[in-house]
Amino acid sequence: MARVLLFGRLADVAGWRERQVEAGSVAALRTLLAQDDAALGEALAGPGVQVALDQEILRGDAPLAGTAEVAFLPPMSGG
Amino acid sequence: MIRLTDQPFDPGALLSDFCRGRAEVGAVATFTGLARAEAGATTTLELEAYPGFTDAAIGRIAEAARARFELADFAILHRVGKIAPGEPIVFVATAARHRRAAFEACDYLMDYLKSRAPFWKKEHGPDGARWVEPRDQDHADIRRWDANS
Repeated sequence: MARVLLFGRLADVAGWRERQVEAGSVAALRTLLAQDDAALGEALAGPGVQVALDQEILRGDAPLAGTAEVAFLPPMSGG
Repeated sequence: MIRLTDQPFDPGALLSDFCRGRAEVGAVATFTGLARAEAGATTTLELEAYPGFTDAAIGRIAEAARARFELADFAILHRVGKIAPGEPIVFVATAARHRRAAFEACDYLMDYLKSRAPFWKKEHGPDGARWVEPRDQDHADIRRWDANS
């Protein structure tokens, strides 16, 4: 089980910010989340959305074995 | 010093602390960002961070600035949570031997904080709430540092 975290507008789209999900890979996790909530699936695939595994930015796909935390990060805006 | 806080802060007090005991530094530059009311359209700003991840990302930005501009020191304080118009959101101070490096490092840090630091900003107003994403100008601002390198 990985702890899935949603930030910014992604949490508003989903109506939750943290959930435990069982998935073999990031791609499988995206599919599961999209099956459960099509609007969230679309938002996660949107431009500029990054994924971090245990607080490290991931490019592409990766297995989730040994990963405690998966975060979906929409485009950032500080200051 | 890098710190995230959900409490209002006094930029003057931060500047006084930052300047204290620096006999060899020569130049300190600061920037303070304030929450804008946008003529009443924004009643509250809300900033979300990813604890641990956001701090680490700001640390990498700050270390890049320290190396590039040969900074003696820096201070970055960023608000999270709910912020009222007119309140400071961000404070950046840089210390260097000469003014040019201090000014440029402050400018560089703010450009990176605006569009590369993991914060998510929501504006609440009478017409509802909306998430703010980096503007084209923010992307253009950060590209200046590639062209100059």
